[in-house]
Amino acid sequence: MDDFSSLLSGFQVALSWHNVGFMALGVILGIVVGVLPGLGGPNGVAILLPLTFGMEPVSAIILLSSIYWGALFGGAITSILFNIPGEAWSVATTFDGYPMAVQGRAAEALTAAFTASFIGALSGVVLITFVAPLVAEFALRFGPAEFFAVFLLTFCSFVGMGRDNRGKIIAALCIGFLLAAVGLDSISGDLRMTFGSMELMRGFDFLVVVIGLFGIGEILLTAEEGLVFKGKHAKIDLKVVLRTWATLPRYWVTLLRSAIVGMWMGVTPGGAIAASFMGYGLAKRFSRRGAQFGKGEMEGVLAPETAAHAAGTSALLPMLALGIPGSATAAVLLGGLLVWGLQPGPMLFVEQKDFVWGLIASMYLGNLAGLVIVLATVPLFAAVMRIPFSFVAPVILIVCAIGAYTISNSVFDIWIMLAFGLVGYVFKKLDYPLAPMVLALVLGDRAEDAFRQALLGSGGSLEVFWANGLVGGLVVIAFVLLLWGPVTEGIARLRRSTSAEPAE
Amino acid sequence: MPQRLFAALIPAMLGAGAAFLPLTPALAWEPSKPVEIIVPFSAGGASDQMARTIQGIVQKHRFTTQPVIVVNKPAAGGAEGMLDIQKSAGDAHKLITTSSGIFMTPMATKLPLSWTDYTPVAMIAQDSFLLWVNARSPYKTAADFLDAARKASLPLKIGGTSSKREDNLIVFAMEKRAGAKFAYIPYTSGGQASTQLSGNHVEANTNNPAEDLANWRGGATRPLCVFAEKPMTYSEPVTEGASWADIPTCASQGLNVSYQMLRGMFMPGRVTRDQQAFYVDMFKKVSETPEWKEYLARNALVPDYRDGEAFTAFLKADEAKHEQLMTEAGFMAK
Amino acid sequence: MPQPTETMDQPGGLSRRSVEVIVALCLIGLAGLVLYDSHGRGAGWDGGPQNGFFPARVGWIFLAASAYLLWKSVRRPPETFVTWWQLGQVARVLAPLVLFVALIAPLGLYVAAALFIIAFMLITGKARWWSVVLAAVLVPMACFWIFELQFRVPLPKGPLEAALGY
Repeated sequence: MDDFSSLLSGFQVALSWHNVGFMALGVILGIVVGVLPGLGGPNGVAILLPLTFGMEPVSAIILLSSIYWGALFGGAITSILFNIPGEAWSVATTFDGYPMAVQGRAAEALTAAFTASFIGALSGVVLITFVAPLVAEFALRFGPAEFFAVFLLTFCSFVGMGRDNRGKIIAALCIGFLLAAVGLDSISGDLRMTFGSMELMRGFDFLVVVIGLFGIGEILLTAEEGLVFKGKHAKIDLKVVLRTWATLPRYWVTLLRSAIVGMWMGVTPGGAIAASFMGYGLAKRFSRRGAQFGKGEMEGVLAPETAAHAAGTSALLPMLALGIPGSATAAVLLGGLLVWGLQPGPMLFVEQKDFVWGLIASMYLGNLAGLVIVLATVPLFAAVMRIPFSFVAPVILIVCAIGAYTISNSVFDIWIMLAFGLVGYVFKKLDYPLAPMVLALVLGDRAEDAFRQALLGSGGSLEVFWANGLVGGLVVIAFVLLLWGPVTEGIARLRRSTSAEPAE
Repeated sequence: MPQRLFAALIPAMLGAGAAFLPLTPALAWEPSKPVEIIVPFSAGGASDQMARTIQGIVQKHRFTTQPVIVVNKPAAGGAEGMLDIQKSAGDAHKLITTSSGIFMTPMATKLPLSWTDYTPVAMIAQDSFLLWVNARSPYKTAADFLDAARKASLPLKIGGTSSKREDNLIVFAMEKRAGAKFAYIPYTSGGQASTQLSGNHVEANTNNPAEDLANWRGGATRPLCVFAEKPMTYSEPVTEGASWADIPTCASQGLNVSYQMLRGMFMPGRVTRDQQAFYVDMFKKVSETPEWKEYLARNALVPDYRDGEAFTAFLKADEAKHEQLMTEAGFMAK
Repeated sequence: MPQPTETMDQPGGLSRRSVEVIVALCLIGLAGLVLYDSHGRGAGWDGGPQNGFFPARVGWIFLAASAYLLWKSVRRPPETFVTWWQLGQVARVLAPLVLFVALIAPLGLYVAAALFIIAFMLITGKARWWSVVLAAVLVPMACFWIFELQFRVPLPKGPLEAALGY
């Protein structure tokens, strides 16, 4: 097989001593920027870019892409320890990761998250290795209508599951959608709901809102219970890693499902954020322990992490094959390619064979190096939980403020973060669900754009949403998933009512 | 000691080679911290590619000792980036890449932004627009495409970047000249418009050369004509048997629309003359590097370097032109 | 850390019902604002949805949902949302935090952070004075080193940094 021999020679290139050194350096730097909100992969790449001009393109891209892997791993750390998602796609990781940390199982949660990331990324790389051209073709079949169907599917797989509390779920969803609509409407080119404010013109940034809702909100909740960290007696030694690994095989269905969801979302390009929510939603719905989700279930950490990383990695494929970057970091990598005179696009695989296969080989190795390095840091990070609250809390709050500020260099955003911290505190206590709100905020305007683009093309006819098998199939699956909860619940209720007391 | 020797030697050597360079190290001001290039578009677009190319050139040739950072601020149709520059008056460590958007965003949104509040540095090129179709589509010329558009029961779809911006103006002008109706579909970037065209979700797009280059070379899309008075000048083959220069003008195919867009650099307002001079000099040097020339050729940009008065005069004329176009199209904010 | 035992019927707290009502009223207000804005810009269907179409539809659903929540919240059985003691604890975190954010603009982030750490540790902890001072000096300096010097991310700076030449 031609590709296979190319891959082997790619490994040869990537495995040279200095390239392995660059890989480790990149991964460590990536973890640092991934852990600190306010720094992201682009910052790490930006400071290293000048260093790389003297290097061979392959070494340079290995160094830079390792930052990407490191940052992907690093995002989960703060989600689990402090309920603060370092990156948008680790929001779903907080749902079960943080409760696990509170129960003193931080090390377990971190190991699960890292391993899941690795599995997800690995499936993405395998996909890139073996079916790249095929998949790139498939991605082209996605027009506005299909995009809308993918977003609809994400919503339905995640949201349809609420049993009680429907009023609050709907209200939370609406808030998310409305927050997403603030700012410039890209279809009409007009400003919406800014009420003349220049600051609101930018709209509500997802990460600012999330740092407030989850991070600040959680610290306020913790404060209420007496200014101490919960779960500070985490056991910390490296054996935790092995013990956690021993339990993983029993979750193979979840891992497989999330990997498939992630690869699909990465290629289509629904993106890593949507993938993480969908992975979590599906796991919750189909797992036997679904009812325990949100209370510290390991499956609830594995599912979103695997999906997010499978998507994040597969998203490099459209970048290489089509020249569309799937994320900000991918975009900076793209910039790196351009600086070396490499033009991403359909011709890259043909004209720069060595480079592409060297990069793909480095994806395998970089992820492996990343896994080893992050697992070694598990005890270190779990130990953070032992530092007294009165010291850690202000540091976390300062880092949150920095994170909110750096997104668009605006002090106003720090106020927004603070306001959403209060909203998070009150909503959490009143059982308003935060997850649907966050999902609607991150996907709401993209779904609306896709819907309107589709209708502009069809002259206003809704038929475009079942015009072909692909879009029609997606819409049908979405509705099946939406109705899955009520239907199974109805059946269960019917059974109960025939056997026992009458319904109220 | 050796340092002073170098300081004397280097300008002397350069001066011998290029007579127009000043003999003394005349620059009174130099950046003392990292220089940020703000791109008011998302990563991966044509402006972003240009900024990152400049970043690479400046750092490779050490035109400044400080690092150069590219920051994307795409929100609100680029107004976020413009607002940032507006707020940073007096900060000489910021630059912003600009296109015609510098007039059009304030016109379309009524935001209180104006280029006259910024300091113009240099115009580095002009960018062309082309009419692209899917490589497998039957249209051979712009006339074929217009015929099809007039006969179509549902308006043909043309993709572009953003609403009420350059691409939208071109499509509006096409409708007016050709007497046909099109459905203009705004995407968030030219890259997306190109992908959507190669997937046959739109019938055409009006991308810049850079935005559709990869798909043209990959055999997914192909240009019909260029919206310019004269054909482009780059005659090196881009694909098998075709170069940018081979593309006819749209006017020659019965579609009399021409439009070009400036690509330039601005600084925040209230900077000193020395600070402005440093960057003018830097971009002059950038525009003379082989990497820059290669970049221009690869992306088929029209080389058109202007600074000082020439640039300001161009901006004034261009703004007046856009005001008229936007008013005709009904894109001005009410 | 000793905690007073919390029971649901403990007197002396903010009642959950009143908080639910206040939140529901706020949501209704927001929905009104959204509807005003969207219908003002056109929320119809003009060969496809106008730009206020979605916000307006979502706004109506939102209004209905929040009205339903208001109706439900009035009918809630009495329950404590937060005891005064708990609210005091939250205020001890929130007050320095608000002060911190307010000081960022005039003093710069680093000085504000130092003051914040001092205030926070004095209010919440029983830390020794030298550890407070050490934290207040080292944390901002570490931030400065990481963000400003290593990653070149400019954060808000005030008169102190200007005096030091940054």
